[in-house]
Amino acid sequence: MATVAPKIKFREPQIEMAHGAGGKASRRLVEGLFAPILFRAGQGPLGDAAHIQINGTRIAMTTDSFVVKPLRFPGGSIGELAINGTVNDLAVSGAKSEAIVVTYVLEAGLPTDVLEAEVRAMADAAEKAGVVIAGGDTKVVEHGKADHMYITTTGIGRLLSGVVITPDSVRPGDKVLLSGPIGDHGITILLARGDLDLEADLRSDTRSVFPLVQSLVREAGAGVRWMRDPTRGGVATSLNELARDCGHGIVVCEEKIPVRDSVRGACELLGLDPLHIANEGQFLAIVSSEYADSALRALHAIPGGEDAEMIGQVCEQPAGAVLVTTLYGGRRLVDMLVGDPLPRIC
Amino acid sequence: MCLAIPGKIVELDSQNALQAVVDVVGVRRKVDLGLLQDEPPVPGDWVLIHVGFAMSKISEADASDQMRTLTMLGEAEAAMQEVRGYGLENEEGNEEQGQSGPRLKQ
Amino acid sequence: MKFVDEFRSPELIAKAGQEIRRLAEPARHYRIMEVCGGHTHAIYRFGLKDLLPQNVELIHGPGCPVCVLPMGRIDDGLSLATDPNFIFAAFGDMMRVPGTHGSPLEYKARGMDVRIVYSPADALKLARGNREKHVMFFAIGFETTAPSTALTLMRAKAEGLRNFSVFCNHVTIIPAIRAILDSPDMRLDGFVGPGHVSTVIGCRPYDWIAKDEGKPVVVSGFEPLDILQSIVMLLRQLRKGEAKVENQYKRVVPWEGNRAALRAMGEVFELRPYFEWRGLGFISQSALKIRGTYAKWDAEQRFSVPGVRVTDPKAAQCGEVLKGVLKPAQCKLFGRECTPERPVGALMVSSEGSCAAYYNYEHRKPVAIAAAAN
Repeated sequence: MATVAPKIKFREPQIEMAHGAGGKASRRLVEGLFAPILFRAGQGPLGDAAHIQINGTRIAMTTDSFVVKPLRFPGGSIGELAINGTVNDLAVSGAKSEAIVVTYVLEAGLPTDVLEAEVRAMADAAEKAGVVIAGGDTKVVEHGKADHMYITTTGIGRLLSGVVITPDSVRPGDKVLLSGPIGDHGITILLARGDLDLEADLRSDTRSVFPLVQSLVREAGAGVRWMRDPTRGGVATSLNELARDCGHGIVVCEEKIPVRDSVRGACELLGLDPLHIANEGQFLAIVSSEYADSALRALHAIPGGEDAEMIGQVCEQPAGAVLVTTLYGGRRLVDMLVGDPLPRIC
Repeated sequence: MCLAIPGKIVELDSQNALQAVVDVVGVRRKVDLGLLQDEPPVPGDWVLIHVGFAMSKISEADASDQMRTLTMLGEAEAAMQEVRGYGLENEEGNEEQGQSGPRLKQ
Repeated sequence: MKFVDEFRSPELIAKAGQEIRRLAEPARHYRIMEVCGGHTHAIYRFGLKDLLPQNVELIHGPGCPVCVLPMGRIDDGLSLATDPNFIFAAFGDMMRVPGTHGSPLEYKARGMDVRIVYSPADALKLARGNREKHVMFFAIGFETTAPSTALTLMRAKAEGLRNFSVFCNHVTIIPAIRAILDSPDMRLDGFVGPGHVSTVIGCRPYDWIAKDEGKPVVVSGFEPLDILQSIVMLLRQLRKGEAKVENQYKRVVPWEGNRAALRAMGEVFELRPYFEWRGLGFISQSALKIRGTYAKWDAEQRFSVPGVRVTDPKAAQCGEVLKGVLKPAQCKLFGRECTPERPVGALMVSSEGSCAAYYNYEHRKPVAIAAAAN
């Protein structure tokens, strides 16, 4: 069979902020430039983590970079995000994290106590998540080139038995489960930046979702089709990615989506949709209807899972898209984010 | 041009009576009361907030009035049908003109 | 949320929907225009079209201040942003609107100091905190927003703050409605009136629409029940052959408007003899300009800008969509060359622009719902 040269579909002349926002532009970059060159043909849809077989053992591996302003915010800091984010990516691909390696890119002039605080935060988060920090690397760049610090974490984990996660297995009739209230992290960050002069008693939801995932897999593993942690771009982006990957439609009921009052208030004030706001401690799961009720019970039984909800289901239509319905019969499509969510006044 | 949200005045600025803090389900923001200076609101009042300025006081009385009107939608017409008595009377009087038989509840 | 949740009650929404179906005469096709972009956004966000019978059609009006802003004005504002001593401050709505050389966000990515503000007062605060730079607030909006800009300018003057100015693009709603009614292609039965503009200007400015043009106007709130109730009120009038101005949004809109707001506007602004509206052409007495008494805080009087007119590509049918003559999907560029990610016209960029709203919330829906119904 002749080798076909990779076809680059990415036509944009330069990289823009939108390409990193986790929405459509990011997807274009990954699918149009990275995937054709780096990934072998037929490798299947891109997930949160890569699955590799080594001597019969199934290993998951993932990497993620963390760029956050401000570094510290109510509920956490960049260090915690860096550990939990990678642990969660592994968890939603069905794996228990075993080890993480860390890369720091530090800006010259960064006060040492700021760095130390983040390193401690990472150590604490790692211990809480039961994962070992196995090594790392550090680079220092000139002042002005790194926004204080960038952290990249790469994690490996062992795949849990009894669960095969792939969008291909998602079927109409499957239920959509959400582990808890959305929008906490993104709104906390927005408020912490201070430009909007809003105050609320809100914290980032950053945490390891592995205990919840583990409980879910134990109870309903055979029924779990797909999972994802809705980080940048929010629930809307994750569900749209699934809809595209599995070819079916996803119908979600607005009133079932858990949102804290203050997140809702901030979103109403700023004209934002909670479905587009980043989360750092939640995950979505598609579970077959036979297992859906016991799956939800399994989540409710774990501390931190009390607010889990069944928010919708997979349908044939609208194929490839996500529809939000309301109790009074209104319906609207929800698309992926274009760039970062921007407050509006109109 | 129109994103404006109801919020409750929770405190006035001690230095400037035309600055206040509003609360929108637990989210607080400073708002400017300059546009309401002819009849400044006080803590406990509800105002409509647009771009950080209070545009108008919200009348609870008018809101309740509106709720009452909405609740009665359709009922006034149904009552009038009964009174006109086009031979479609039944015990409840809930008949659309031209229809016979009981109306199915939505 | 008080004053919000009650107006989203499913039972009452169902009642209102039933009443609309009862009132809409089967033989008639009603064309009702919602003037304000905020109403367009609400209609899509709440999926209200799904609750209306087929013969009640909502036409989207031109009340979207971002949509009607000519590209040349964005270029003018951004030309000042390129100065390293300037901070360009604007609402989030403006950030992705393309100028000839890029949008404000793109200017920011290239290193220019561009900031999102929620309030003109925040822009003033920026000026107080950055004395070595000049903060220019790019002001947009109808009469809802203009009074806040006015008050902010009055404060800047009172403080003698030298490093602050406003680039004023405020426009007024009545001339836009007049342009719609003067348009030969447009047949409308009534208007859902702009609720928040009316908190400032009151309900009297719409009298001529009812008296001279014979079209009913109902000034409406923005929650689902508000909009549905306004449609009920319009249909009631149309059934009786009436044409008057009614205030559905009584809990917020005073019939006489907000005198303090109108005073502030009068103190700071005067009407421009004419102003270009993207898609609608030049309209006289339709936009606000900062008075000479505030010249020091008027970016246009203080600084020089290119003042170049940029016309939209011929293929873009923004004007017809703005006037409600065409539906978004009927524009040749819709969904092809013009998408929210790569917008050709402002109707696709602004979150309340009909094209963006239709694209994001709706355009795959009819096929999808029809298929599901089979």
